[in-house]
Amino acid sequence: MIQIENLNKQFGAVTAVEDVSFNVEEGQICVLLGPSGCGKTTTLKMINRLITPTSGTIRINGRDTSELDSVTLKRSIGYVIQQVGLFPNMTVEENICVVPNLLGWDKNKSRKRAAELLEVVALDPAKFLKRYPCELSGGQQQRIGVARALAADPPVMLMDEPFGAIDPINREVIQDEFMRIQRLVNKTVLFVSHDIDEAVKMADCVALFHNGKIQQFGSSDDLLARPNSDFVANFMGGDRIMKRLRLLRAADVVSKIAPREHMQIVGSNSGIAAHSHLIVKPGDDLRQVLSQLLGRGQDWALCNDSDGRFVGYVHQADILARLVENITPAVH
Amino acid sequence: MADLLNRFWQGLQFYWGDISYLTVQHLQIVAVSGVLAIAIALPLGVWMSRPANQRYAMASIQVLNVGQAIPKLALLALAMSLIGVGSGAAIIGLFVATLLPVAVNTYEGLRAVPQHLVEAAEAMGMTPRETLWKVEIPNALNVIFAGIRTALAINVGTAPLAFLVGGGGLGELIFTGIDLNDFGMMLAGALSTALLAIAVDLGCGLIQHAAVSRGLRMAGRQ
Repeated sequence: MIQIENLNKQFGAVTAVEDVSFNVEEGQICVLLGPSGCGKTTTLKMINRLITPTSGTIRINGRDTSELDSVTLKRSIGYVIQQVGLFPNMTVEENICVVPNLLGWDKNKSRKRAAELLEVVALDPAKFLKRYPCELSGGQQQRIGVARALAADPPVMLMDEPFGAIDPINREVIQDEFMRIQRLVNKTVLFVSHDIDEAVKMADCVALFHNGKIQQFGSSDDLLARPNSDFVANFMGGDRIMKRLRLLRAADVVSKIAPREHMQIVGSNSGIAAHSHLIVKPGDDLRQVLSQLLGRGQDWALCNDSDGRFVGYVHQADILARLVENITPAVH
Repeated sequence: MADLLNRFWQGLQFYWGDISYLTVQHLQIVAVSGVLAIAIALPLGVWMSRPANQRYAMASIQVLNVGQAIPKLALLALAMSLIGVGSGAAIIGLFVATLLPVAVNTYEGLRAVPQHLVEAAEAMGMTPRETLWKVEIPNALNVIFAGIRTALAINVGTAPLAFLVGGGGLGELIFTGIDLNDFGMMLAGALSTALLAIAVDLGCGLIQHAAVSRGLRMAGRQ
């Protein structure tokens, strides 16, 4: 979907981006991760040519973007920034309709689209269409920011630390919300972040930048479990193995092997003890499961599907074993 | 105070014919010089605020400052010596004196529009012209209007001097009143000028209220 080849950007004598190449498949979220000044935002801005590359090619859907004029290119790509950038002089509806209006859509069609998008971002159109940005909370503003970027249904979305200015609790909420929206709209998303947890949570693939170069490109699990350099290992953090927990679901470690005491309970036809045990769903992430097990002082949980049917057991030992599967020892 | 009001009231009644005639003349001078100044200073402010022209901005402002630094009376005298006695000289003098607040406020208002709004506009595919008209100017309007209101207040208040260069206006009552030691006549001219200044400012305020987006007014109150 997006192919970037040998991308370079020089600002005078400074090389901001050096020989960056990577591909992102359709419908994937690719997080450009790295410390400040590593070239991730410059790379993002070269994709819709807010910054003109010094050399290299960017293809979207097989088409070299340098063949398109800059304004047409920008109108065909959704863009969300950290400060949201909603225009304070325009209502929510007018903000969402900016790109459709630039593209010369029929007024009724744009309005219908605005109302539709508010439904997508879970805000009531009747309540919010005529409001102004100053009447919205930070989280609501960023939802409108996402809706505005989606207005003309662009295949590609660029997001520059979109949730960076939102407090940690609401950030989790809006990240979940964005993942829900993404499942609906299935865009190809490039997402700049310096937050490893955010990357692990959202990314299908991660490009870790340092000094203008990609240090490692791969899945979050690749970077956490198999870093290819000290820099990557250090950046992902001393607890990177623990961070893998977030990527794993109960379903990944569920087993049919019953704990000994549970067999005895079942054998004695008493279901009481089972009720005192933690019950998890196959989709629960293992960080939550393990945390709850530790909190309860238990070493296994029952896994039931959403209809309450028994799926298997989740053993603490299996979780720990799974955590260290497929890791390369720390490089030193 | 009561005495003052009484004399103003008597003057007002006595000179009502003059006042209404001279107010129209006064307004004509203000309107022509003000509209001309706004027509020049607004585009100039916009031009100065474009990133490519910022290095000329300070020089331009200093040139306009001359209009403010020279005493208004001298400005009118200069204009009169250039084009002769009459309302033309008055209009030119007032025009020069009005330029600076409008140009400076337009320039500063546009520069104060948050950079991320301009970047968002560009990233969404607005051309520089579209960004200016749809984002920058609407969000700078309050500051621009503040400049226009300051300029017009100066203009209305300076316009009585037009009488001295043969431009007419309410100055005729003021200066004649001083010369004849006719306090009622002087007050009739001076207070009318003050009321006119308030009326012009109120009118501008109404236009501003209609022109500035409700979203900005609400944001300003927070």
